[in-house]
Amino acid sequence: MSVAELVADRRTRAQQERAENRALTKLTIGPSPWVRVGALAALVVLAAIWLLPVAWGAVTSFKHEAEAALPASWWPTTGWTLEAYQQVLGNSDLLIWMWNSLVVAGLVTILTVLISAMAAFAFSQTVFKGRGLLQWLTIASIMMPGQILIVPLFRQMQVMGLVDTFAGIVLPQVVAPVMVFILKRFFDAIPSELLDAARIDGAGTWRLFWTIVLPLSRSILVAVAIFVFIGAWNNFLWPFIVTTDPQFMTLPVGLSTVKNAYGVQYAQNMASAMIAALPLLVVFMLFQRRIVQGVATTGMGGQ
Amino acid sequence: MTVSNAGVTAPPGRALSDLRKPSGRSGTRTASTGKSLRERDRSGYLFVAPFAVATGLFLLLPTLYGLWMSFTNQSLTGTGSEFIGFANYAEAFSDPQVWTTLWHTVWFTVLSTVPLVVVALVMALLVHTGLPGQWVWRMSFFAPYLLTSAVVSALSSWLFQPDIGLLDTWFTALGLQPVGWLTDENVAMFSIAGVTVWWTVGFNFLLYLAALQGIPQQQYEAATIDGAGGWRRLFSITLPQLRNITGVIVVLQLLASLKVFDQIYLLTAGGPNGSTRPILEYVYDTGFTNYRLGYASAISYVFFALILVFTLVRLLPSRKEA
Repeated sequence: MSVAELVADRRTRAQQERAENRALTKLTIGPSPWVRVGALAALVVLAAIWLLPVAWGAVTSFKHEAEAALPASWWPTTGWTLEAYQQVLGNSDLLIWMWNSLVVAGLVTILTVLISAMAAFAFSQTVFKGRGLLQWLTIASIMMPGQILIVPLFRQMQVMGLVDTFAGIVLPQVVAPVMVFILKRFFDAIPSELLDAARIDGAGTWRLFWTIVLPLSRSILVAVAIFVFIGAWNNFLWPFIVTTDPQFMTLPVGLSTVKNAYGVQYAQNMASAMIAALPLLVVFMLFQRRIVQGVATTGMGGQ
Repeated sequence: MTVSNAGVTAPPGRALSDLRKPSGRSGTRTASTGKSLRERDRSGYLFVAPFAVATGLFLLLPTLYGLWMSFTNQSLTGTGSEFIGFANYAEAFSDPQVWTTLWHTVWFTVLSTVPLVVVALVMALLVHTGLPGQWVWRMSFFAPYLLTSAVVSALSSWLFQPDIGLLDTWFTALGLQPVGWLTDENVAMFSIAGVTVWWTVGFNFLLYLAALQGIPQQQYEAATIDGAGGWRRLFSITLPQLRNITGVIVVLQLLASLKVFDQIYLLTAGGPNGSTRPILEYVYDTGFTNYRLGYASAISYVFFALILVFTLVRLLPSRKEA
């Protein structure tokens, strides 16, 4: 598709959406302009409250440290500066932690999606001994909150020699029985004629999975992946328990140590918060539609 | 005719199952249903293996190991792992800190769950009106959910900063007394709950929004023709249609809130004076600060038992409804 076509396509879609929204407004609020103005005002107020802390943090991050420690005023009087960013990027392990987070969240996402999809496929489209028992175990393990396990799991990591390793951070996070069930429900809906036709043509199970089931399920896989990624990127407790070496810390864990080390460097605190917040916010802006859908399809166990 | 079935591409599992000559193999291939073909596919255990191994290693094993630890006096320093029976549990039940921190967890859950459901609903209803600026509303309400707990705590402790923080500045500008947002024992938990609402409400908001988009528009159209006004449609169509999803959101939220640790640990570290310390932090402190792994496991299991009872009580009736 050419750029012009893409732009035109986007434009018609935006127009369509606007028309739909107008129709929706008519249906939900009706013609009264007062209700409309009231609802809009409420939205503006709520959005302002929700954006305010981030906005204030962002402004602070561009202030000189001396001014940041004065009673709150919005606009910096002594000028804008990138000082705090330079300090943070130069003196802390922020970039290392960010890279670690990316690696950890990436690995967790790939592994979780792969093994969950494989298990879901096995539960949904194959028959094997002990399937019932395994499925029952999977359901039961959904109820097991991982947080309860920090103590024995840490001990286990010590024994396995996985403390302060990426494997130690990643592996315990890849067990996601909920995702298995979300995917299984989706795989159940794949018409069995399709799979049978491939089987008759001599396709092995692995090929069935790889060339039919996975491509057909792209949307749900993306949804699950986004969800797992956000969760892994933001996970604090487990990486916090299993890492002590700053070289292996993920962003949330590393940041929490900086806060204590720098004490009252407000501008720097805000600068590192802004840097840490940026990647997911950019991802969200790019994939807003997918993420919104993803939360809707995976968030409540695929209902 | 069996040649095509025992295809070259068959993985080892398949070849194995061929040896066991599964049923439905002879002559009836054209008549065979999807089910029998599927039943002949016996390589499933290979596909479930990675997940099963991971679950066994990182969920089942620690669960059993933790249970064993809770009956020992094991310590993080490696000393002592004798079986001491129910001594840890006896201590847990008579330890006032267990009950205090458990109460903090429950209190936080109550304080956070109600607004996390109500505010999310209000946001979703407002956005679902289709008013202009959809992208902005969605983004502002959901964006905080994407922030990691360390960023959230950095931002909010900056807001809550005594004297120079934004909130106190505004309070003094309005002629009010500054508040010890995180330093006053009577206020800290409310501040934490407030931060949590700000942080995670976007998730529930999206769940509600998706549910709202699933309500058939014909219902509204029919109601409009019948002359039902906006409020009437809200209370007679929209809210009743959201009853199921509200049940789901409440349960998910309760379970999530009960596991609170990150933001409390980062904002107040359980203070001031232990007034916000949740039970998970007590587990952490007992195990990793005081090195008493056995006792920490026992407290975890008491907490787990309570969550389990709650889940089952809540789950069983909803099963019946479904």
